[in-house]
Amino acid sequence: MNRILKHRLFWPVVVLVALLLLNLVFTDGFFRIQMKEGHLYGSLIDIFRFGAPLILVATGMTLVIATSGIDLSVGSVVAIAGALACMQISDLSDQNSVTGVLSAVGIALVLSVVLGLWNGFLVAGIGIQPIIATLILMVAGRGLAQLITDGQITTVQSSSYKLIGGGYWLTLPFGIIIVAVVLALTAFLTRRLALGLLIESVGGNAEASRLAGISARGVLIMVYAFCGLCAGIAGLMISSNVSSADGNNAGLWIELDAILAVVIGGTPLSGGRFSLSGTVLGALIIQTLTTTIYSIGVPPETTLLFKALVVTIVCLIQSPAFRSKVFHRRRRPVAASAAPEEKVRVSA
Amino acid sequence: MLKRISALILAGATALTMTGCGSSDSGDSSVGSSGGGAKDGKIVMGFAQVGAESGWRTANTKDIQETAKEAGVDLKFSDAQQKQENQIKAIRSYIQQKVDVIAFSPVVESGWDTVLKEVQNAKIPVILTDRAVDSQDTSLYKTFLGSDFIEEGKKAGQWLVDQYKDSKDDVNIVQLEGTTGSAPANDRKSGFEEIVKADPKFHIIASQSGDFTRAKGKEVMEAFLKSNPDIDVLWAHNDDMGLGAIEAIEGAGKVPGKDIKIITADATHDGMQALADGKINFIVECNPLMGKQLMDLAKKVVNGEQVPQRVVTEETTFTQEQAKEVLPSRKY
Repeated sequence: MNRILKHRLFWPVVVLVALLLLNLVFTDGFFRIQMKEGHLYGSLIDIFRFGAPLILVATGMTLVIATSGIDLSVGSVVAIAGALACMQISDLSDQNSVTGVLSAVGIALVLSVVLGLWNGFLVAGIGIQPIIATLILMVAGRGLAQLITDGQITTVQSSSYKLIGGGYWLTLPFGIIIVAVVLALTAFLTRRLALGLLIESVGGNAEASRLAGISARGVLIMVYAFCGLCAGIAGLMISSNVSSADGNNAGLWIELDAILAVVIGGTPLSGGRFSLSGTVLGALIIQTLTTTIYSIGVPPETTLLFKALVVTIVCLIQSPAFRSKVFHRRRRPVAASAAPEEKVRVSA
Repeated sequence: MLKRISALILAGATALTMTGCGSSDSGDSSVGSSGGGAKDGKIVMGFAQVGAESGWRTANTKDIQETAKEAGVDLKFSDAQQKQENQIKAIRSYIQQKVDVIAFSPVVESGWDTVLKEVQNAKIPVILTDRAVDSQDTSLYKTFLGSDFIEEGKKAGQWLVDQYKDSKDDVNIVQLEGTTGSAPANDRKSGFEEIVKADPKFHIIASQSGDFTRAKGKEVMEAFLKSNPDIDVLWAHNDDMGLGAIEAIEGAGKVPGKDIKIITADATHDGMQALADGKINFIVECNPLMGKQLMDLAKKVVNGEQVPQRVVTEETTFTQEQAKEVLPSRKY
């Protein structure tokens, strides 16, 4: 019991379960999953579908934060990738042609990686602080996305492009499959190979790792490029889901949600270690919260306040310092049962 | 190293501001020539646009530029890129250029008193377009030309009431609101609800913000569809959210326009296309083509004629049949 309590993912899981329970009480049929039009259909599926881009962006962000950096430009990269792909596809004579769509997707992803490399170059090559270096692309990138789409919303009619973010494969939303593949690859590269260790050591102390023979600069550049790639894929998903590119609004503020997901997942902003599973949990918590707000009908005027309250509570109960201050005078098991009760009360 | 970088950045910034000055200089010189033009009775208008954030706005800009040319008005155009300080700068430069009339669409509602006082002191009349300012002192501007969002909401509500006037059954409505707190969202909501609430058979069972975007419109509609099994009508505050919702409805195995009736506002090209295709049932127009009215007002104001404090843009509504007719000739 004590070991479960001490597990670093215990509290995020508690929060997620509490949110789901809230829906069990307030929303009819929240847990019902049906087959419709040959694919799975239900609120839980929605959480995964709409959460998929956030999970991707947050995965890239996790590795960047593990190097004690931060990438504010992911929202702009999301917009640019979607804009570029949609522009390419809208120029095709046959928008459904698979090769045409694939090349559009390829070009968009290559550009995303290049943008990531640019960030990495600014951070590792020139030594600008990450928050400033990526702020440049955050601001400029949105302009670039609007330049690509000419400030308009570009609509495409391509069933092959639609598959990425809005389609289904083997009854599962295709976006979820992409996320699963990217996550599996990332987990393999960072946890089965030494890469994760290198990233963490650079985050812990870049100079010391360099002296120990790790190419800190190379690791940093690679991590930012990977973050750009993740944001690019997320951008394709978001734009493909609605078959259009919106340079202004696509991925707006997603960088903040991604950072929040990483933090909820227990990766410290100071870097040096990271938890991919925690990040996925964090992203799912954020998306569940959003879906919950829509389902139980929190008035739009109070939505932000409601979100802020839940996030504050999540962060507080996750903080060991806070827990020990509030609960430690009592016996520990009491503390464990008291926390979820408090959550439900506030959320209701 | 750091010093060198900051020096570099500084140099870059200076270069930027210098080109900025350069471009405004060229602007000034063109004023000299247009000042000459003003003597031939040509009106010089300074127009400070919000930005180019949407197709609606681009159509608005294009129309104003075209009608200015037709009306023989010398237009000084500036794009504020959605920043108030840019707009204030543009207005101040128009004062220096001594234009005959200043028109602008305020990015935000508040914070205009100081700069508008300066304009007033320079004895230049001001016309607000599209968006209002919340200043108490209405003498600061001559007139406000723009859509009446409350009226748009009422038109949407009225169409719905007419559609269901013979039916006794309950009608379940869901609403996709615009960006929380924005004037079109507030007013379209209150106008619509005012009409619909008069009849108890209409129920607004869910109402959430979709931020005026397709992606959010789709996401919110997905949630609506799951938590409310019986939705008869969707009222979306703009076309884009409606278009997103259509995808959600199709994904749920329902037919948009038939199983769920859809009303939207704006009448953008994509929205009109969906209306003509039968996926949307009714669109309330929010007309960006206000150039002609603006030029007429400008001429009157410059000639010292009286104009009403509030001028509503000419707007209409579209049914599916009307959409099919007008779609080929639409400008935006």
